[in-house]
Amino acid sequence: MHAIHAMWLREVKRYLRSRVQIIASLAQPMMYLLILGFGLSPVFQQAGQGNYIQFVAPGVVGMSVLFSSVFSGVGLLFDRQFGFLKETLVAPVPRALIMIGRTLGSATNAVLQGTLVLTVCIIAGFRPASLAQLPLAFGFMILIAIVFAALGTAMGSVLKDMQGFQIIMNFIVMPIFFLSGALFPLTNLPPVLKILTSIDPLSYGIDGLRTELINISHFGASLDFTVLTIAAVAFISLGSYLFSKIEI
Amino acid sequence: MIRVHELVKTYGEFRAVDNISFTVPPGEIFAFLGPNGAGKTTTIKMLTTLLKPTSGSLTLDGLSPATHQTEVRKRFGIVFQDPSLDGDLTAYENMDIHGVLYAVPARLRAERIESLLKLFELWDRRDGFVKTFSGGMKRRLEIARGFLHTPKILFLDEPTLGLDPQSRNQLWGHVKNLNESEKTTVFLTTHYMDEAERVAHRIAIIDHGKIVAQGTPDELKTQTKTDSLEAAFLALTGNSIRDESANAGADNLRQFTQMWRR
Ligand SMILES: Nc1ncnc2c1ncn2[C@@H]1O[C@H](COP(=O)(O)OP(=O)(O)O)[C@@H](O)[C@H]1O
Ligand SMILES: [Mg+2]
Repeated sequence: MHAIHAMWLREVKRYLRSRVQIIASLAQPMMYLLILGFGLSPVFQQAGQGNYIQFVAPGVVGMSVLFSSVFSGVGLLFDRQFGFLKETLVAPVPRALIMIGRTLGSATNAVLQGTLVLTVCIIAGFRPASLAQLPLAFGFMILIAIVFAALGTAMGSVLKDMQGFQIIMNFIVMPIFFLSGALFPLTNLPPVLKILTSIDPLSYGIDGLRTELINISHFGASLDFTVLTIAAVAFISLGSYLFSKIEI
Repeated sequence: MIRVHELVKTYGEFRAVDNISFTVPPGEIFAFLGPNGAGKTTTIKMLTTLLKPTSGSLTLDGLSPATHQTEVRKRFGIVFQDPSLDGDLTAYENMDIHGVLYAVPARLRAERIESLLKLFELWDRRDGFVKTFSGGMKRRLEIARGFLHTPKILFLDEPTLGLDPQSRNQLWGHVKNLNESEKTTVFLTTHYMDEAERVAHRIAIIDHGKIVAQGTPDELKTQTKTDSLEAAFLALTGNSIRDESANAGADNLRQFTQMWRR
């Protein structure tokens, strides 16, 4: 327990100390919100789908949670490079606990980042449907963060260098993002896309966020919750296993 | 306390550790000497659960690192040859997280951190981020951290690399102290023969992954008919350099495969 707390605290401290990075990583979600938001709004409205900014804001929040949790999880690679990883690998604590502590720390950072993005979205004009449902939206943010921080840690455990990270970004993380319905509604999709979007765990996360933030739901909140919980357990197990097999 | 039997580690074709056997009884200070690339760090990695042996067996306190990882980890402390600090944490935080991971109770932890940081002259800089430290300061912090908990076995992999003479003196004084008062078993590697002679009860000399001699410093000197450990070391490892040049073809090939693997 102490080990989980220590590793969690370390991740959070590192995040809070990287102010420049926190601000810099607001840029990307803002471009999606403002440029795509205003750019696609007329088309979206014509198609009878309502206000695109309202629609895309939950997607942008989900996206920033996805990216910051994966990045934070893959921070493992830096620890490997700078050597601190060794120190935690020989600690007299089951490696699964170290992994869980790291993952929860990364997830916390991602939730903080998501909250920041949500705040900026509200400042930019986004209006959540009901304040009472906001805690549930946070619940989904937390689930998304845990799922993808665990995935990040799992990937960080098998990668040796930054090159591998590029490949993972392009072939895993970006598809997860684009297939999640963060930017478009999941209704009336061609069959292939329908299948792909429904096996992407982030689809359920974004859908959960949309359910709680703007009362638009595709899968339904209970299915969203179930899928995300299963994905979290699966990725934490996978990550713990891979982390415990690391050799240096 | 440490038993190693016919231990082998290969990287592809290259045998980094080539069939070594030795034992270190409880309470002994054992020095592992050898030129760069001899296989010292690789051996320590296998002993400390960081690397799986290709073949052979090893136990620490009767336990195998392969099957009882956490139990084995409870028994040793280590100062790594390569950096292992978190640069984004302060010196104090680096010490503290180590203490928490090794379950040192809070009060004792605070006391020991203070005395060790003072001993290695880092107390004034305790709240400085480690990334701003000089090489020597980082090294001292690594060593101070290694002494924070009191393990049964202490691994020191070239601990004095990049240290000033004062810190070196503190380090070896501390090691001798621990060994005498706590009966800590110490497994160390170094390039400095005078250090090995000063603290080690027994020495093994390793070259190209093979142990070429082991014994007390006196035994090694007698065996090589030399009058200093340095001369004994050169006599023993010098031999293998001659072997190597007689075998230049194979050696080039090995270097080539090594390069290619990088
Ligand atoms: N991951 C690795 N892959 C390939 N070769 C390695 C690896 N790690 C170490 N080696 C090689 O194994 C040999 C022994 O290395 P090491 O144990 O670090 O030597 P020492 O600590 O005695 O200087 C060296 O030739 C080194 O290049
Ligand atoms: Mg070495």
